[in-house]
Amino acid sequence: MIRVFAGLGALVLLLFAASLLIGPAGLPVSDSIDALFRGEGEAITLVMREIRLPRALLAVMVGASLGLSGAALQGYLRNPLAEPGLIGVSGSAALGAVLAIQSGLAAAFALALPLAALGGAVGAVVLILLLAGPRGSALTLILAGIAISALAGACTSLVLNLSPNPFAASEIVFWLLGSLADRSMQHVGLVAPFMAAGTIALLSLGRGLDALTLGEDAAAALGIDLARLRLMLILGVAATVGAATAVAGSIGFVGLVAPHVLRRAVGAKPSRVLPASALGGAAMVLAADIAVRLIAPERDLKLGVLIALVGAPFFLRLILTQRREM
Amino acid sequence: MSLLTLTDLKSFRRERMVLNGISLHIAAGEVVGLIGPNGAGKTTLMRAALGLIPFSGNSSLMQMVPRLRARHVAWLPQSREIAWPISVEALVALGRLPHGDTDPAPVTAALHRMDLEALRHRPATELSGGEQARVLIARTLAQQAPLLMADEPVAGLDPAHQIATMQVLGDLARGGHGVLVSIHDLGLAVRHCTRLIALDQGRIAADGPPREVLTPALLHRVFGITAHFEDTPQGPIFQPLSTV
Repeated sequence: MIRVFAGLGALVLLLFAASLLIGPAGLPVSDSIDALFRGEGEAITLVMREIRLPRALLAVMVGASLGLSGAALQGYLRNPLAEPGLIGVSGSAALGAVLAIQSGLAAAFALALPLAALGGAVGAVVLILLLAGPRGSALTLILAGIAISALAGACTSLVLNLSPNPFAASEIVFWLLGSLADRSMQHVGLVAPFMAAGTIALLSLGRGLDALTLGEDAAAALGIDLARLRLMLILGVAATVGAATAVAGSIGFVGLVAPHVLRRAVGAKPSRVLPASALGGAAMVLAADIAVRLIAPERDLKLGVLIALVGAPFFLRLILTQRREM
Repeated sequence: MSLLTLTDLKSFRRERMVLNGISLHIAAGEVVGLIGPNGAGKTTLMRAALGLIPFSGNSSLMQMVPRLRARHVAWLPQSREIAWPISVEALVALGRLPHGDTDPAPVTAALHRMDLEALRHRPATELSGGEQARVLIARTLAQQAPLLMADEPVAGLDPAHQIATMQVLGDLARGGHGVLVSIHDLGLAVRHCTRLIALDQGRIAADGPPREVLTPALLHRVFGITAHFEDTPQGPIFQPLSTV
C-alpha cells in the first residue's frame, strides 16, 4: 500500500520534471534547470518560468482534480462507471467558456474565459442543488446531472449553430478539445484556490465513503450524515472540475480510468482510492501532455483528443470485465 | 436495562399508514424476534426506530446524537450490499468507524466469532452469499454496540449457517447485549428467540414468549396458516402445515 503511494508520487515527480524539460525550444537540460531556479539567461528563463512551469503545474492540478473527483463520485454512487462530468459541472463550465469566446469577451482580457467557465460551473451547482434538493438520493443527483449536462450541451451546440463568425466557431471547437498549451501563471493563480478548497472537501469524505461501501442505510446507522456528505461532494466536485475545465477545456476519461486502474492496488477502500486516484490522474495528464508535444510538435495535437484516444480502449475493457462479472 | 424504547411510533408512506402506534421495550439479555407476514411493517419499524425514515412518536435512539447512536446500536440491513472488493478484514473494521479507532482486537474477535479467519484477506465481493452474510454480521459485532438490530439475517443462508447465526445472536444476548431480529422462519424463531413480537398491518398483534404468541388463533388471523407446535427434549419444534 505505502509502496503504491510512494511509486505514484515518484512517477508524478518524474513526469513533472520531464514536462519541464521537454518542449519545442529544445533547451539543454542544465541550462533549463539553472534558468528555472536561478533565472540565468533571459529568454530561457522566460520559457521555463512563464511557459513550461505553468503548463506542468496545470497538468498536475487538472489531473489530480479529475482523478480525485472521479474517485469521490464513484465512491458516493458505488458505481465504477461514474465520472466527473456526471453532475453537469464540466458541461456548464464549457458553456461559460464558449459564451466568452463567442461574445468576444475572451479576447478583451486574458482571464475572461476561465472566469466565464467558473461562472458556468457555479450556475450548474445552483441548478443541481435546486433540482436534486438538499436531502435527495443518489439517483436524483444522477438524473439532475444528466439533465444539466444535456441542457449545457444543447446550449453549446446552439452557440456554434448560430455563430456568424467562422473564426469564433473554429476557436470554440478547438477550445472544447482540451489543451494546456499557452497557459500562464495567471491561470495557475486563478484556479489554484478553487482546486485547493475542492480537494480539501473531497479528501475529507473518505470516512463517509468507506461507510457507504455497505449501502446508504448502513452508512447512516454508522453515524454518517449523508445529506452533508452529498453537499460536500457536489461542492468539492464542482470546485475542482469547474476549475479544471475553466483552464484546460474538456478532458474526459481521466476521472473514469484513474480510480478504476488503481482501485485494487490500494485495497479498494474509497478513502485510499481518493488520494491514489488524484496522483494517478496527475500522472496521466502529465504523461499525455508530454506525449502531445512529442508525437506531433508542429500540429498542436489537443490533450483532450489524445486522452480520449487512449482512454476509450480502457473504458471498453472496463465494460467487458463488468459484463463477465455479471 | 432497557436498550430500546418505542412509544406510539407511527409512520406513513404515500398517505398509507405503515406503522400504527407501536410501543415496545427491548432489554439487555433478550433476543426478540420480530415476525409478521410480508408488508406487516417489520423493516419499517426498525428503520423508523433508527431514524432512517420519518416517523411520529418516540424512539429512545433518537435522543442520542448520530455518533453516540452508532455506538449504542448496530444495524444490519436486509440488502447485503458490498460495493467494492475490499478485504474481509477491512470490511469488518468499518464497524469501528463510530469509535474512531483502529483497535484490531474487536475486529479479530468478530472474525473469530463468525469463523472468518481463513477469509480475512480475501476481497469480500468474491465470497459466496452465505460468507458475505457472515462478514456483514461480523461488521456489526466489531461495532461492539449493546443493541443489535438485524433485518432478516438468516434469509438465503443454508441450514447450518442459519442455526449458527441464530446461536451467535443468542450468545450475544447471554453476554449482556440486546437483539431485535426480524425473521420469517418461525421454526428458527421459536427455538432461538426469548421473545416474539408479531406485527400485523402496522400494529403489534402479540408480544411475549414464543409459546404465548404463536397460538392457533394468531397464526390463523395474522399469517393465515395452521401449524404444529410441540415441546420436545431437543427444544420446541414449530412446523407450519397449511394455509387457511
